[in-house]
Amino acid sequence: MRIGVPRENEEGEKRVALTPDVAVKLQQLGFTLAIESGAGAEASYSDEEYAKAGVEIVDDPKALWGSSDIILKVRPPKPHPELGFSGVELMKKDQTIISFLYPAMNPEMLEEMAGHGINALAMDSVPRISRAQKMDALSSMANIAGYRAVVEAAQHFGRFFTGQITAAGRIQPAKVLVIGAGVAGLAAIGAAKGMGAIVRAFDTRPEVKEQVESMDAEFLMLDFPDNEDGSGSGGYAKTMSPEFIKAEMDLFAAQAAEVDIIITTALIPGKEAPELITENMVRAMKPGSVIVDLAAEAGGNCKLTEANKVVSKHGVTIIGYTNLPSRLAAQSSQLYATNMFNLLSELCPQKNGEIDINMEDEVIRGATVVKEGNITWPPPAPRLSVAPKADVGEKAQQEIAAKEEKPAHPLAFLIPLLIAGGVLFGLGSVAPSEFIGHLTVFVLSCFVGYMVIWGVSHSLHTPLMSVTNAISSIIVIGALIQISSDNLVVSTLAGLAVFITSINIVGGFAVTQRMLRMFRK
Amino acid sequence: MNEGIITASYIAASALFIMALGGLAHQESARRGNFYGMLGMGIAVVVTIIGFVENNEFMLVAGMVAGGIIGYILAKRVEMTQMPELVAVLHSLVGLAAVFVGWANALEHDSALVGIALSIHAVETYLGIMIGALTFSGSVMAYLKLSGKVGGKPLQLPGRHLFNLALGIIAFYFMLQYMDTAATGGVLELTIMTIIALIFGIHMVAAIGGADMPVVVSMLNSYSGWAAAAMGFMLGNDLLIVVGALVGSSGAILSYIMCKAMNRKFFNVIFGGIGSKSSGGSAASGPAGNAEDIRSVESDEAADMLLNAKEVMILPGYGMAVAQAQHTVFEITKKLRDKGINVRFGIHPVAGRMPGHMNVLLAEAKVPYDIVYEMDEINEEFPNIDVSIVIGANDIVNPAAQEVPDSPIAGMPVLEPWNGKQTIVMKRSMGTGYAGVDNPLFYKENTRMLFGDAKERLDQILKVIS
Repeated sequence: MRIGVPRENEEGEKRVALTPDVAVKLQQLGFTLAIESGAGAEASYSDEEYAKAGVEIVDDPKALWGSSDIILKVRPPKPHPELGFSGVELMKKDQTIISFLYPAMNPEMLEEMAGHGINALAMDSVPRISRAQKMDALSSMANIAGYRAVVEAAQHFGRFFTGQITAAGRIQPAKVLVIGAGVAGLAAIGAAKGMGAIVRAFDTRPEVKEQVESMDAEFLMLDFPDNEDGSGSGGYAKTMSPEFIKAEMDLFAAQAAEVDIIITTALIPGKEAPELITENMVRAMKPGSVIVDLAAEAGGNCKLTEANKVVSKHGVTIIGYTNLPSRLAAQSSQLYATNMFNLLSELCPQKNGEIDINMEDEVIRGATVVKEGNITWPPPAPRLSVAPKADVGEKAQQEIAAKEEKPAHPLAFLIPLLIAGGVLFGLGSVAPSEFIGHLTVFVLSCFVGYMVIWGVSHSLHTPLMSVTNAISSIIVIGALIQISSDNLVVSTLAGLAVFITSINIVGGFAVTQRMLRMFRK
Repeated sequence: MNEGIITASYIAASALFIMALGGLAHQESARRGNFYGMLGMGIAVVVTIIGFVENNEFMLVAGMVAGGIIGYILAKRVEMTQMPELVAVLHSLVGLAAVFVGWANALEHDSALVGIALSIHAVETYLGIMIGALTFSGSVMAYLKLSGKVGGKPLQLPGRHLFNLALGIIAFYFMLQYMDTAATGGVLELTIMTIIALIFGIHMVAAIGGADMPVVVSMLNSYSGWAAAAMGFMLGNDLLIVVGALVGSSGAILSYIMCKAMNRKFFNVIFGGIGSKSSGGSAASGPAGNAEDIRSVESDEAADMLLNAKEVMILPGYGMAVAQAQHTVFEITKKLRDKGINVRFGIHPVAGRMPGHMNVLLAEAKVPYDIVYEMDEINEEFPNIDVSIVIGANDIVNPAAQEVPDSPIAGMPVLEPWNGKQTIVMKRSMGTGYAGVDNPLFYKENTRMLFGDAKERLDQILKVIS
């Protein structure tokens, strides 16, 4: 099948859905490739590089759209600013488009695609399960956005990130607050930490505390009575209760006065981004502080954010870029193209250059939003990939613990002692002293055995059994005492016993020796 | 020989035997301990021969030489996977020897004994033969089960508890009879009792399921000790009593450890059989997850996971020994350690078919013992482990033991690979373990299944990583 990659036509979009490296790998899957001339230019991939990788360079975008079986794109198709066509209208039945499509926001586009009878796979609809991680373009883009957010913040922040003691005085390290410790948030934490800042992070999902702390950042906890858990499905957060939000806002207000840089990444799927930074908080921030709002496209976590702009309000720079991944175009194109490749290799298990949109496959089903002219979005709810709670386990353990702890009467331990004492007393009153002597030896030996055996290393239990086997053949002594008897039956029995125990003694010691020799450092 | 010298030698032998067991506390001292054991046995045998044997020397020498050669050949030839069978055979021999010695003693009446001393002696003889006989038949049965000559399923006769009780009552009745007739013979009573004890031994072991074999083997170990102790009482010989008590308590402690490792009551193992419990618990017998949640991988992916790990934990079960994969496991371990990957082994107390069996199998494959850890030592390490590989094990890595209160294995301590980053489970198929309980571990998100013959698969992995 022929794959075509048109140039992105949206303002400020520098990414491209195919890189020369990935082009080579796609040809190994059996696909032939074509790319619109100049598609990779802004991501620093020249037409020559593509040509060298075996990709046909096509000058006319219309021809490319019309002649390709599969179209790979980054942004949802939009009317071309100069040529005035989006591309979808050129598509015919059985063609397939793979791109970010945001089906929830673009219902008309889905209708149009369905009208043309094509297949459409949305990279943003790939389910967030572990098997699909390698195709999760949202995560790879979020990672880049988080990194870039710190770079943008550093650009507009008039100070160092790292602290220093210099001859000209002390430089305070910057304090960075990251709100929302998802993929983007964690990337931002890592980048800010790497530049030497003091990093704090907040998230409504308590389970990310460990991840935050593993990156050496401080996880801010709410002073909140109920342990409300903000984990929603698919690894996203959900909307919280009003009480929780109030406590949260108090925390942000306190932090705003203290930190130099705030990076917000709070998004709730299908909803407007929650407002976390109010105008009052911005006012409370030190002059020269910076806010980077990664939720700008969805309305912004800060009231004063303006999408795609850098604004200065109350002495605070507020960055609302929505194209952060595109600002690292070479890197993001590389990751995006790799995500594409991974999806295509799932679609093409035979490696024969033909794709099969297998709706039984959970990942492919999730990504497919239009199949042969039918809208298949939204997909059935995915099963939770993150184990929600360990409650069951804890409960079981408690039950087990409860079973074990049967309260015993404080004097119950006396009962066996009394019985043993009584038996000993009874025996002692009738038995001959010789027997009592043997009994003494026996009881003491049991205790010695008990003490010695507990000291035996677990790993040597098998040699222990074979050696105890050998020494329990000390019964041979009994046979030896009797073997000289005049009674033929007795001496024969004793002789047999000698024979048997000899097997045991030699066999037991020899096999023990053999085993012990195997144990080595 | 002077009786004082004999007694003194016996004291020395007793001390040497205690040191032999004490030596097993550490690998470094274990071989020296075994030497002490041999020395003690040598002293005891030589002194007894010099002190007591007056004629029949030919039979003595012939018996010892023939027995010694057979024993030596057995010890050299046995495969380490067959250690449980060998140990069962050796147990049966101890039991049989006790029966012979007891009978010989009973047939040679000691007319010096009268009154209470005679009664006590009669009871000692009777009990000694009884324990010896049931050790013998029980061990033979255990051997047949371990070697697969008899199926591993527990034999569940209707009214088996009543049957056991009846045998016990009959045996007790004839013991009382024998106390009267011992002075004049009592051959009939002893014969009946011996037969009853043989039947009891067979029945007891036949009723125990395959999963409980480690307990049975340790229990028979204990019995062989008690048989020796009873012989010691009968003969008035303190050396036998000391050794019998040592071995008896050793076996008892091993049984206790095994029971604890399976969270079973000793009494239930002997008289219950795990089958009777799990057959009722239908709630736990269904599959523990959706078949679609099983993620299987191929050998090369598994090898990649290993190569990208820093900390690897290998969790072997008896399945590894069955597939004879332990040598390949060690080759892989060596290769990975050469690449700076920290590979360790985690051993569950009941991995294998007798206490410590897995350690011996690994030792045979030249795995150094200082990278082999006990479950208790290693469980808290799992959060730092990048990849755990479960090879031919099931119940011992089953999270149901902690998560499902009504599971037949609830409360059993288990290895916890699911707390690590990733787990590879090598299995033939999706079958269940001894306990017949499905394993939720296989459905966990960070678990990858590698199906197929463990040996073949590990060979493939070895090829990729080397």
